[in-house]
Amino acid sequence: MQEVKKSSASAWLVWLILIPIFLAIPFVLEKGISQYYLYLAIKVMVWALFAMSFNLALGYGGMMSFGHAAFFGIGAYTCSLLLIKTSCPLVLAFAAATFAAAAAGLIIGYLSVRIKGIFFFATITLSFAQLAYILVFKWRSFTFGDDGIQGIPVPEMISTDETYIKYYFFALVITVICIYLLWKTVRSPFGLMLRSLRENPERAVFFGMKVENYRLIAFVISAFFSGVAGVLYAFLETAIAPDILFWSMSGEVILMSVLGGMHVFLGPAIGAAIMVLLNTFITSYTEYWPLCLGITLILIVLFFPGGVAGLIHERYTIWRKKKAT
Amino acid sequence: MDFDASMLFVQFISGLSRAMILFLMASGMTIIFGVMRVINFAHGAFYMIGAYMAFTLSSVLTGPLGFWGALLIAPTIVCAIGGLVEVVLLRRIYEKEHLLQILLTYALIFVINDGIKLSWGGEMKIVTLPEVLTGYVTFSGHPFPIYYFFIITVGVLVAVLLWLLLSKTRFGKLLRASAEHKDMVGLLGYNVGGLFTLVFIMATWLAGLSGAVIAPTVRLSLGMGMDVIIECFIVVIVGGLGNIWGALLAALIAGQIYAFGILILPNFAMAFLFILAALIIIFRPYGLLGRATQA
Repeated sequence: MQEVKKSSASAWLVWLILIPIFLAIPFVLEKGISQYYLYLAIKVMVWALFAMSFNLALGYGGMMSFGHAAFFGIGAYTCSLLLIKTSCPLVLAFAAATFAAAAAGLIIGYLSVRIKGIFFFATITLSFAQLAYILVFKWRSFTFGDDGIQGIPVPEMISTDETYIKYYFFALVITVICIYLLWKTVRSPFGLMLRSLRENPERAVFFGMKVENYRLIAFVISAFFSGVAGVLYAFLETAIAPDILFWSMSGEVILMSVLGGMHVFLGPAIGAAIMVLLNTFITSYTEYWPLCLGITLILIVLFFPGGVAGLIHERYTIWRKKKAT
Repeated sequence: MDFDASMLFVQFISGLSRAMILFLMASGMTIIFGVMRVINFAHGAFYMIGAYMAFTLSSVLTGPLGFWGALLIAPTIVCAIGGLVEVVLLRRIYEKEHLLQILLTYALIFVINDGIKLSWGGEMKIVTLPEVLTGYVTFSGHPFPIYYFFIITVGVLVAVLLWLLLSKTRFGKLLRASAEHKDMVGLLGYNVGGLFTLVFIMATWLAGLSGAVIAPTVRLSLGMGMDVIIECFIVVIVGGLGNIWGALLAALIAGQIYAFGILILPNFAMAFLFILAALIIIFRPYGLLGRATQA
């Protein structure tokens, strides 16, 4: 009981420190250093949300999707196309985009969740995502093809024309809400069932669980939040290209999750932050960023398969045990 | 566009040559899986090294050696690198989960890609053919490059050699045995680790060969390994993981799908392949020629 009280007190402490930091970030970065760093901070948020949404499927559902770029891209494209081609308000475009992503998740998920074996699951999700990519890439008259969409008409309220501060808070609120909902999902009975299913599917079946249903729901939720991340991405960049649906994008989000640690809730966010920031800083020194990334990944796989967050978690547990004795 | 018979034939041959390249790649990838239970995502990167090596060798070697020398030496260099990768890296992850294996070979793509960029630079390269292989055959008005027949010949030759190797030699027997039951092979006193290294060397040799063979028909660029790997992966899955003849069949189908898909819906030729892959996984997940127990 005391343990619980203590941890909830320290949780409050963490929030007390975190909230002012997050509130101060935009002003410090933009006024103190440069606009570019604020842009980077938002970029980290977008990728963190994408990676955490993805990890609901991989880390919690045990589904190694190789097609999440499709949901990210469908979110971004639906929203951008609606804003460009119609006069529909922001809220509606946003909602439509995330539901389009979730609907795509439902269709792809429905066909995929019963597939057993990591390679088969990866291949089928990859195939569907590549179909979406080809469609966006080649259907010029509707999606503008490989020209992409430039100058997405972002509403004045969150426009990034003069300052990123407005958009920072918009993205922050959305990201925090989504992460909170994801947290609620993995902590719910549903989330526990999902994990038990990942650990031991046979046993879950003996308990009378409908395995496919659980996995499908998780997959759709994951697609939905990936769509949200896609919309945030489109507004941030104000330009998108079909590349965001390509399979290497799906690969990138897998890398983030594993780099950060797929078995820790915030792990993928840490992985996303590391990758976005390292990418930016290493790229300014050398054009051989992929080489650095590749070597880092090899080291992670060989020596720290739990990822960065997994490593921290492990150290922390050892440290606490030592303290207790 | 009118579809006369000779044009369909030309399309068929071009599909066949594409299929042979895919087979050279996919056979290696599927053997690696069959014996070692690892999907080598870096297979496309080895193919790329093969192509770039062919570029350098064919410009360094002069006279009659030129292209032919490159065709033999390039894959040999590639398989030396492959052997090194197996001994230093892959060996450590056979017992780990598939996800980590995928990540390791995925990371290798980045490393090899940048290695190539460091050694050859980013600009596109073109490999020139020896005179014998340039020129065209004409089928009732449709010109067709002779080189495509050469690719098909190489593919058929490799398929026959693989068949001989697997069914007639002791090495082939050991390979098949370790695909079935590697612990048993180890218990009988064979060096399974060494066998794995040999398999990887053989498979990367094939990847290097397909890179060297394709080199004169394309512009070499840093993305070429990425372009081929997904198609190759799908061929492996469709054929049945670990099944060479399944890979051959799937490669033949994929080649024709592409060749004729381009006639029907030029922009969406690749889409047919992905639809095929999805259908196979849903209705026949062990692949065209695979068995239900595998993977």
